[in-house]
Amino acid sequence: MTDSNPSLYEQLGGEAAVNAAVDIFYRKVLSDHRINRFFDNTDIEKQAAKQKSFLTMAFGGPNNYNGADMRQAHAHLVIKLGLDDSHFDAVMEHLSGTLEELNVPQNLIDQVAAIAESTRHDVLNR
Amino acid sequence: MLLHKITLEDRQVVCQNGESVLDALLREQIDIPHACREGACQSCMIRSLDGSPPIAAQKGLKDVLRHQDHFLACLCYPQQDMHISLTPPADFFTEASVIAKERLNAETLLLTLQSKEALDYYAGQFVNLRRADGLTRSYSIANNRIHTHKLTFHIRRLAGGRFSEWAHQELNIGDTISVSDPQGLCYYLPNQPEQSMLLIGTGSGLAPLAGIISEALHHGHAGDIHLFHGSREVDGLYWIEEMQQLAGQYPNFHYTPCVSKGDAPAGFGAGRANDVAISTLPSLKGWRVYLCGHPDMVNQTKRQAYLHGAQLQDIYADAFHVASSTLD
Repeated sequence: MTDSNPSLYEQLGGEAAVNAAVDIFYRKVLSDHRINRFFDNTDIEKQAAKQKSFLTMAFGGPNNYNGADMRQAHAHLVIKLGLDDSHFDAVMEHLSGTLEELNVPQNLIDQVAAIAESTRHDVLNR
Repeated sequence: MLLHKITLEDRQVVCQNGESVLDALLREQIDIPHACREGACQSCMIRSLDGSPPIAAQKGLKDVLRHQDHFLACLCYPQQDMHISLTPPADFFTEASVIAKERLNAETLLLTLQSKEALDYYAGQFVNLRRADGLTRSYSIANNRIHTHKLTFHIRRLAGGRFSEWAHQELNIGDTISVSDPQGLCYYLPNQPEQSMLLIGTGSGLAPLAGIISEALHHGHAGDIHLFHGSREVDGLYWIEEMQQLAGQYPNFHYTPCVSKGDAPAGFGAGRANDVAISTLPSLKGWRVYLCGHPDMVNQTKRQAYLHGAQLQDIYADAFHVASSTLD
């Protein structure tokens, strides 16, 4: 039996695509003065692994997305450092920018963006 | 039958056919950190105690972690019975005696120990040194692995540092001290002889780096090796002439001493070692990076190196956390 409708994850290129994207995406995020202070006290290696899990999910790949964990992980950033929509928007901008750099077709970028967007309320603890 | 037994301390779990080690442990209510279950987050990393785990379970891990039989429980489908550990190995100690004590500078001591048993270490690893009353501190091994019984350490005297003060003042040639098994993942493996290497150390962070450089040169490492050793003032550095000589001897070894306070003498970098290094070598794509010394320097430089092109897998770091008050 063949699958005539490859999943979003398959269309994007699976894990290899996530690896390529994570590298570009995380460098963009850490270089952006609007948002890189949120990462000042994080272990860069552990954080890169989290970024990979996040991108895998946004790419429609295998994941165990847990809204409660996402809230907990960002709660102190919201309370102490004022994490808000503008910062979330900046990250979304880097996500689209990364995919554009990788020549991903716009209709797939839109699908990834929609999945990432669905985490906004958890990230911002609303 | 494809059932394999997983032994963890005094517990045994049977891994069913097609079941990952992570799922088997969780099924038996063994609490193990985990998140993505697909090899991305690496939070379920554990270690095999009886040889190499399946290669597929080591996907994405740093070479030194693979070398020490770490693997991801979520990706591991056992091919045989396994003995695993969730925690770092317990310290085993062997006895050693002091065979030399020299001054490297006003505050740093070069201590040489001769161990009773041969120690299997890699240049750049550290051991725990334990005094008779139990007081224990971690120190990096400062030599390469050619010497199996002889270990050297750079012990910096710290304000209020009980161990370093004792080692400087009271520890004498002929005295014995306990030495743990070597530990740590900031070390050299001769698997990429062409790769360029950047090493940045502050203060006695030179110790593991000197061991790594000596090991790399001994293996005929062909890529360029750049060392930046920093301190606030020239007095805080040591082995300046030795490193300059080594640079004269090996055309691929480059050495830059750095001072962050006041004017830098000719041939010295002016500024913090990490800043001097990054401005000298702005493109680190494909490089291997070793960082040792003050935790703030190590953390900051990890990020700098990554943003200048180094892969995280190629960044090896050893942050010197100290028990006493201050450290530059």
